[in-house]
Order: sequence, then C-alpha cells, then structure tokens
Amino acid sequence: MHPGQQVAVGSPGRRQRQRVPLPLLLPAVAGLLFLVLPLAGLVIRAPWSSLPQRLAEPGVLTALRLSVQTATVATLLCLALGVPLAWLLARVDFPGRRLVRALVTVPLVLPPVVGGVALLLVFGRGGLLGGWLDATFGVTLPFTTPGVVAAEAFVAMPFLVIAVEGALRGADVRYEEAAATLGAGRWTTFTHVTLPLIAPGVVAGTVLCWARALGEFGATITFAGNYPGRTQTMPLAVYLALETDLDTAIVLSLVLLAVSVTILVALRDRWLTRP
Amino acid sequence: MTPPTERSTPLLDAHLVVDRGAFRLDLPLRVHAGEVVALLGPNGAGKTTALRALAGLQPLAAGHLTLAGRVFDRPDRRLHVPPERRPVGVVFQDYLLFPHLSALDNVAFGPRRHGLSRRAARERAARRLAQVGLAGQLDRRPRHLSGGQAQRVALARALAVEPVLLLLDEPLAALDARTRLDTRAELHRQLADHPGATLLVTHDPLDALVLADRLVVVEDGRVVQTGDATTITTRPRTDYVARLVGLNLHRGHADGHAVRIAAGVALTVGDDLHGEVFVAFPPSAVALHPGRPDAVANTWPATVGGIQRHGDNLRIDLTGPLRVAADLSPAAAARLHPVPGQTVWAEVRPSDIRAYPTGNS
Repeated sequence: MHPGQQVAVGSPGRRQRQRVPLPLLLPAVAGLLFLVLPLAGLVIRAPWSSLPQRLAEPGVLTALRLSVQTATVATLLCLALGVPLAWLLARVDFPGRRLVRALVTVPLVLPPVVGGVALLLVFGRGGLLGGWLDATFGVTLPFTTPGVVAAEAFVAMPFLVIAVEGALRGADVRYEEAAATLGAGRWTTFTHVTLPLIAPGVVAGTVLCWARALGEFGATITFAGNYPGRTQTMPLAVYLALETDLDTAIVLSLVLLAVSVTILVALRDRWLTRP
Repeated sequence: MTPPTERSTPLLDAHLVVDRGAFRLDLPLRVHAGEVVALLGPNGAGKTTALRALAGLQPLAAGHLTLAGRVFDRPDRRLHVPPERRPVGVVFQDYLLFPHLSALDNVAFGPRRHGLSRRAARERAARRLAQVGLAGQLDRRPRHLSGGQAQRVALARALAVEPVLLLLDEPLAALDARTRLDTRAELHRQLADHPGATLLVTHDPLDALVLADRLVVVEDGRVVQTGDATTITTRPRTDYVARLVGLNLHRGHADGHAVRIAAGVALTVGDDLHGEVFVAFPPSAVALHPGRPDAVANTWPATVGGIQRHGDNLRIDLTGPLRVAADLSPAAAARLHPVPGQTVWAEVRPSDIRAYPTGNS
C-alpha cells in the first residue's frame, strides 16, 4: 500500500506544504526502483515479435490451463475449509485459540519447500495418512494433479483465513444478535447475515488466495513433481524453460505478471485503498 | 392502555440479576399485557443490560424470567433459552437493519425464520410496513432510508414476529429533534396497538413520560422509584429523578408543617406530616432578593453559583445551606443583576412546596 496514496485521498491541500526530507526520500526512491526495475526488465527484454507464436505453443497453454484449474480448485478447497476456520477463530472462544491462530499462519512464513517435504511426510506413500488414503480410497496425492491442488491449498489457505477472520472481527456482531432475536439460529445467521456482511473481505481473501496458489512453486515441485500436463504449472514451466530457452521463460513470466497486475487492479477499490 | 389491576397475572414476570465485574444489576420487573413500561435511568444504570437479559443475549447470574407462563431463564436450574427461541422482538438503539437487505426483506426476515414461506413472509412484511406508512419504500436499502423511516422499519421488523414481549432500546435517541417529535407520536400509536407487553429503555424523561403507562427508574443497577408519570413528576425520590423532572429535592424531618432540612434550614410546608420526608419545589417557585425579605418563613441566605440561560429565563445555581436551582425572569434578573459569588436571599412560598414521606408511598 502506498502511504502517498492515502495522503492524496485524505488531504490534497496539505501535500503542497509537505517537504520530504532527503534521508527518507532517497531510500524510498531506491526501494521503489528496486521493486519496479526487474518487472520493467521483463517487459523490455520480452520477445514481442515472436510473442503470439510462443504463447500458442502447446506446452504453454497446457501449463496455463493446469495452473488456472489447480489454483481454482485449491481456492475452492480453501474457501470450504478456511471460511469456517476463520469463523471459529473470530467468534468462538475456545482454549488454545491463540495457539491455533499461530499455527494457521505458519504456512505464511514457512519456506514452501519445507511445506512440500512436510506434505510428503504426511500424504506420501509411506506417510502418516498417505498409506491409509491409498489403501482405503485408492487416492494417491504425491506427484499427481490433486497433489498440486493440495500443495497450493496448503500454502494459500492462510491468506484466506487471515482476510476472512479480519473481516469477521471488523463486522458488527450486533447484527448477528439482531438476527438471533428474529429467530435465526447460528447457522442461518451465518449464511444470511454474517456472510453477506463480510462479503468484501471474503472476495479479497479469495483473490489473494487464488493469486498465491497460482504462483506456488516450492511446495508444488517438492510434493507433486514437475510432469508436463499433470503437475507442471506455470511457475514450474518458467523454471524449466529458464534452463533451455530464455525467451520462453520470459513469455511465461509475462503471462504471470499480467495475471498479477490484473488482480491488483481488480482489488484496488475494495482492498488496497481501504484505510 | 389502561393499566390492568394488580391482581391479574403479569405477562412478563422477571427478576434480572446480572454481574458484570463490579457492576451488579438487580431488577425485579413485571409488565402486564398491553402495558408499556419505561425503564428510565442515567447512562450506565444497567438499562441496556436488562434489555439484553430479557432478549436472551445476556445470561442471568440469578433470578428468573417468565413470559406468558413459560420459563425462559432459571439460572439455578441451568435453564437458559437462547434468543432465537424467545417470543421477543427488539428494536435496537441504532436499529441494526441488515444493510444488504431491502426494507421488505428486513421485515420478512423474522417471519421467514419462524417457518413462513418466502411468499407469506413477504406478504406479512408488506402489511407491517404499510401499517407504519412505508408502503412505498419496500425495495429501499437501509442506507437509503431517512432516520425516521429506518426507525419505523426496525419497529415493523420487531413486530413482524408477533412477539409476546416488545423491547425498545432508546428508540428515538438516533433521531434529530424534528423527526423525534413526529416519530414519538407515531410510536405511541404503534405501541398502543401492540397486544403484548412492551418495555422501553430510555434516558430521555420525555420519551418515558409520553410513551409509557408506568415508569421504572433505575440507578446503578437498582430500582429507585416506580410509578406513573404523575407520581414520578410530582414526587421524585432521588436527585436524578428530581433533575429529570426539573424539581429541587431535599430530605428533611417533618414535625407538623415545619420541615427541618439536614443543613439546619427549616421550611414551612402546606402538608401536615411527621417523620422523614422529601420536600420538592420547582426552580420557578424560588424568589431571590438582594436583602433580607420581610417574610419570616422560608427565607435563607444563599450564594450565587453558576448562571445559565434556561429557556426565556436565567437558571441560577445557589449554594449555601441549601443547594437549590432558581429561575429568574428577565425582569427579575435585571432588578437583581446576579453575579457569581454574590450573596442573596432566597424565598419559597409554603404553597409551592410539596412534602411527602420518604417511606414507600
């Protein structure tokens, strides 16, 4: 979020008189360049003339389709599990709630590769649940497309949970009390009152979650491998292309950049400009 | 609207005991069918806590709550019926209309939860909204309603579940003065039509006096006075009530027509009483003189404290043996020309003083 943006919104008249001290201005500009230059380099170095052909290559489309599909399924999974989890954290006072909240955020700071290893240890063939899943349901996660979904959901779910929990904490619980006095039980209140009230927060969390799932690399390559058409998502394809064909890597990166920018623009009104 | 006889069974029979840290609410409450009772008290007196306890949003520490013969709270038997299963409708202070629903769907929300079909619930809601004069605003979202309209939607929503007990929390506090006047009259009509019991929580004495058949004054979690509007306005029993109704109130010991006030001043009163009494008189009955007046009875020296405008008059706070408020007309003020710190003589005619025993009347 840009602090300058808020100043512009809050008090346009005062900005004129504000002088920014050099010790703050110089590192700020340097930081901005550091963030923007690599992206500019990507755009400048892109093979624009051969872009359409490269985009049309079957490998690219396959990776893009797989990425969008797995990220979407992973996001739906995160919604189904994460929204109730956020509600539990925000509305129910149970012992160990702070510990649970800390645990939920662990995947945020955990290196994704470690997450992938951890997933292997649990859902791998010899893992805690993997053997049982295989024997009972015939389900194998590692090195499969569902494994990609699992890896992405593992890494992306905290984004959703944190956004939704924040929205729930910000929502006025008295609306829920009003619903109760009108005869609504807790489930009906949740679906008919709470969810509509926190819809902007859920949308923001969903988009962030989806974006994170789309860009997932470390946990995916560790847990699901790098099989084209099955587990090779866009970031994995970029990584692989980097070793053989730089231009293809740039094109794939551009696609991911375009998706990210689109998401930021879509979110700008609801989320980024919120004070 | 006529208060039922004392012998009939009250619709609401409750003794609310709630502990919140150092604060304890201990409130016996009975409301008959068709009766409107106002819970009047200063901020922090426990009014809203009482309302939340009645709605089931706040569990009781002790006591009981019975509505129409059914028990809803008995902490000693671990009985607590949750809010969604109580025949109670609530109009919240800032209405809490669901912002994502139209006025119609806000009102239909309750009936729908009570098992009506979507169509039947909406029909009932439309009828309710028509009754409060909002037939043309059915599709409006709450943010497009004026304060007075939102208040009426909130009332329609609470009444749409046909509650045995209707609770209103400061129903007019969120409105501006002009809207408040109209809405108060409209609310009075609506409450008169409600066949169940009504409890109104307010810190505004005017709302309580206009809307309620009976007032229960609470201070610091306890009932300090109950009665109809006339009793409360003429015979206040606490400083808070006296201030609300604009009377000077003092406690003293009566011996016939003479009442010795604690500070050593004696007042002569019209009533013939013995024992501990309250004396009450309006600020307008206090006359101020620059020097000692000729009258012998009911005069005392006083010091001018604060001076404020009060309507067309000046309100003078007097210190000295008696803390008293006096109202001066502009003409009287011009003659006396009061300044803070000035010593004046105060006088009250015996016929303007009302004295009554401190024991329960």
